[in-house]
Amino acid sequence: MAERLQDRSVPAALKATIPVLSGYLVLGIGFGLLCQSSGFPWWTGVLMSLIIYGGSMQFVLVGLLTSGASLITAALTTLMVQARHLFYGISMIDRYREIGAVKPYVIFTLTDETYALVCTDEMPEQCDANRYRFFVSLFDHIWWVGGTLIGVLLGQIIPFSTEGIEFSMTALFVTVFVEQWLSTGDHIPALTGVAASLVSLAVFGPSRFLIPAMILITLLLSLLRRREVQS
Amino acid sequence: MNTQWYFLQMILVSAAVTAMIRFLPFLALRGRETPPFIEYLGTVLPFAIMGMLVVYCLRETPILVSPHGIPELCAVLVTAVLHIKKRSTLLSILGGTLCYMFLIQLIF
Repeated sequence: MAERLQDRSVPAALKATIPVLSGYLVLGIGFGLLCQSSGFPWWTGVLMSLIIYGGSMQFVLVGLLTSGASLITAALTTLMVQARHLFYGISMIDRYREIGAVKPYVIFTLTDETYALVCTDEMPEQCDANRYRFFVSLFDHIWWVGGTLIGVLLGQIIPFSTEGIEFSMTALFVTVFVEQWLSTGDHIPALTGVAASLVSLAVFGPSRFLIPAMILITLLLSLLRRREVQS
Repeated sequence: MNTQWYFLQMILVSAAVTAMIRFLPFLALRGRETPPFIEYLGTVLPFAIMGMLVVYCLRETPILVSPHGIPELCAVLVTAVLHIKKRSTLLSILGGTLCYMFLIQLIF
């Protein structure tokens, strides 16, 4: 018990998640507003933030729900959009080996931002790594759901027109696209994604191009790798 | 009722697939090495998928009829330029979205 009193995991985790707080609140509010202006029942956005808990995917899902996409489209799109999370898990296998009863929770809440905070092995002073990582995961999750809830509530009382708020989704993806573009010298994967999607859009039309685009992207990237391996 | 049931199903499917991806490494790859092909896809897919999502968002932009996608083009440029100059995700998203809302509500 004496050890517990010395433990600074909770305040340290709170402090570490403050940058995430600002990001998640603003983006979460935008997401809540978007759900509200799309005419969804109030619980839709909140439930998404609670049990999907993945920013990009939730924005895409708003589009899929609006256009009445099929369940299989939702499943495949989620698979592709969230694929990167596979690699967060891989690098956390050892770190989460001894974390105990909260293990399923910290795995489930491994988002981009949380991963960025918990993947380090350098802990703030007087912190138990397991407790610190758990509270970072918990606080981030709370900020995200809280932001969404605020957005949904704001959407019901907001005094100005939110027409055009749906562009926040486009802006989010353009921002990440630019960020990724600047982070690497190899632009072939990014260009492959854009080109394959445009071709698929031209061939299959706006309501059906997503699945063919994902297949085409995977195919092209596999071919590119084969060439890379051979050369 | 039917719409609500459809929404719930879609959210549950997406949540299940997301959870599956997050849990998979802990269940399947415990201690084993990641297959090289999966590792390769993991490094290149995010770049390609983000490109696909940008196209997805703009899929219904009317090019041939007025306003010919001009608001979208302007707002995408504002977002991209803001991000190249300032590298602040929130600023880029806010700037681009406000620009778009301004254009379609007041100009086009």
